Amino acid sequence: MGILVFIEHKSGVLNRTSLEAIAAAQKLGGDIGQKVSAVVLGAPSLANEIAAYDLEKVISAKNEKLKEYTPDAYADALEKVIRATTPEYVIMSHTYQARDFAPKVAARFAKGLIGDCIRMNVEGEKRVFTRRIFLGKLDADVVSEGEPPTFVTFQSGAFRGDQARKGSTAQIEEKPVDVGEARMKPEAPFQEAKQAVDLSKADIIIAVGRGIKSKDNLALAQKLAEAIGGDLAASRPICDAEWLPIDRQIGSSGQTVAPKLYIAIGISGAIQHLVGMKNSQTIVAINKDPEAPIFDIADYGIVGDLFEAVPVLTEEIKKLKG
Amino acid sequence: MKILVLMKQVANKDAILRINKDFTWIEEADLSFEVNESDGYALEESLRIKEKVGGEVVVVSMGPQRAKSVIKDALARGADRAIHVVGDKVVHLSPFAAASVLAEAIRDENADLVMTGLQSDDYGYAQTGVILAEILGLPHATIVIEIDASGDQLRVKRELESGWYQWYTMPKPALLTIQSGISQIRYATLKGIMAAKKKEIKEVTPNAETVGKPSHQRIEKIYLPQKSKQTQFLGNGDAKKGAIELAEKLRTEARVI
Repeated sequence: MGILVFIEHKSGVLNRTSLEAIAAAQKLGGDIGQKVSAVVLGAPSLANEIAAYDLEKVISAKNEKLKEYTPDAYADALEKVIRATTPEYVIMSHTYQARDFAPKVAARFAKGLIGDCIRMNVEGEKRVFTRRIFLGKLDADVVSEGEPPTFVTFQSGAFRGDQARKGSTAQIEEKPVDVGEARMKPEAPFQEAKQAVDLSKADIIIAVGRGIKSKDNLALAQKLAEAIGGDLAASRPICDAEWLPIDRQIGSSGQTVAPKLYIAIGISGAIQHLVGMKNSQTIVAINKDPEAPIFDIADYGIVGDLFEAVPVLTEEIKKLKG
Repeated sequence: MKILVLMKQVANKDAILRINKDFTWIEEADLSFEVNESDGYALEESLRIKEKVGGEVVVVSMGPQRAKSVIKDALARGADRAIHVVGDKVVHLSPFAAASVLAEAIRDENADLVMTGLQSDDYGYAQTGVILAEILGLPHATIVIEIDASGDQLRVKRELESGWYQWYTMPKPALLTIQSGISQIRYATLKGIMAAKKKEIKEVTPNAETVGKPSHQRIEKIYLPQKSKQTQFLGNGDAKKGAIELAEKLRTEARVI
């Protein structure tokens, strides 16, 4: 019984998507009438911070080997906490860290995760979790089967962190856990180069994707960016091909932005891109495929050839600004 | 070094998907298929490691007979031999069941390195590799973008979020899941295609008991995503007209110009 929510951190600093996980767990707890507890691995000071939320308790798992993240140590520790608390649900944010070790934990319970969910819906005894499949082209409603625990991870943005409810201070349970020797040895995390371009402050972003077809065609988008007074950005394939430097990349492995205007040119809208820009105020999508997922979040859409649309748009904007 | 590469055949990225009449999957008739994108990069990394340190690259694919095209393509690019876990149902296994079937198929190979893409482009579970590592008792790393296999230990660079990276060192054997786009994938040469015809493809029938184990998650129905926003489509198929309308909307409605 109960819901266990996993709190992620880097050297004791909270990963703020964990607040979204708390909000999700509280919503599920309310819907099915179960209490929510949180688990923090190897960060006692963070446990105090998390205790301010409306939770049954905060389990602060302790072991020297949890000082730095490794999938081996984390899997051992979380498995121990789950076995000790026997929750019905384990809720996490679908971060890179969760992707790295949560399936390992689930495997020890002979199952996997219901991963990267964007919604959940409780109807009586039935709990439906919705996840995107086929790179965002389709949604799948998924139900859990078999014995608890059910492991569910939620996509960043599926719940709002500021809706995680505070409460009277939750009890903290300090829990020493046995952890085996981690086989993988981490070095210190680093950033490749200082990001030269901070797109998070841009008011207008013109982003290009695969549909631009060649490096030479970037000039089209560049001209539009100059005409409208915006910054040029790209989806991952463009930076992988080195047509634009990596500091122009928007998405889960690049920058997260929320400009006043985001114009997506030839971008289909894979989830990894959408998470980096979906909070933009006004979103425009120009794409030849009417089914492209980018249109799901666009305010304005042009279905058609970007090589026709973009030069005309550039000229029109020059006229309006002229 | 013996390297196993797990490669999945998925629907072509540009394919128009039609939902089947049970709303549980897509119609596969007339659908075109291709190799899962990140698995292609896993193969490329395997071939590059083999070229540096020597050894063997074995392709492993699970799926119906149509998956042979992925296998043959990998052999043409330079893989040495293949294992095909043949079945229709295996495509729809949960990540744990899929990893269990794969573990049975490859355990006796005793590979030094198992590589696969970080997630599939159809179900997108992004877990099968990690679960497989757990079942086989191997250390693992996910979202790997660089591999140094020259020493006794593996040293791999992992991508973290928001432009951060981290190196990990681990003993062999190990399992790595590979990020897309980390190298330029080679094409199959005519010579490679000819050579591939002589390479071994071992067919394996999965253990019915393993395949039939109860699933822990079931898809109730699939459907087109609900729109979170009402999109105004402009130009009615005429891109130039759409652009003119758009400029006007950006000025009068969105007020960003």
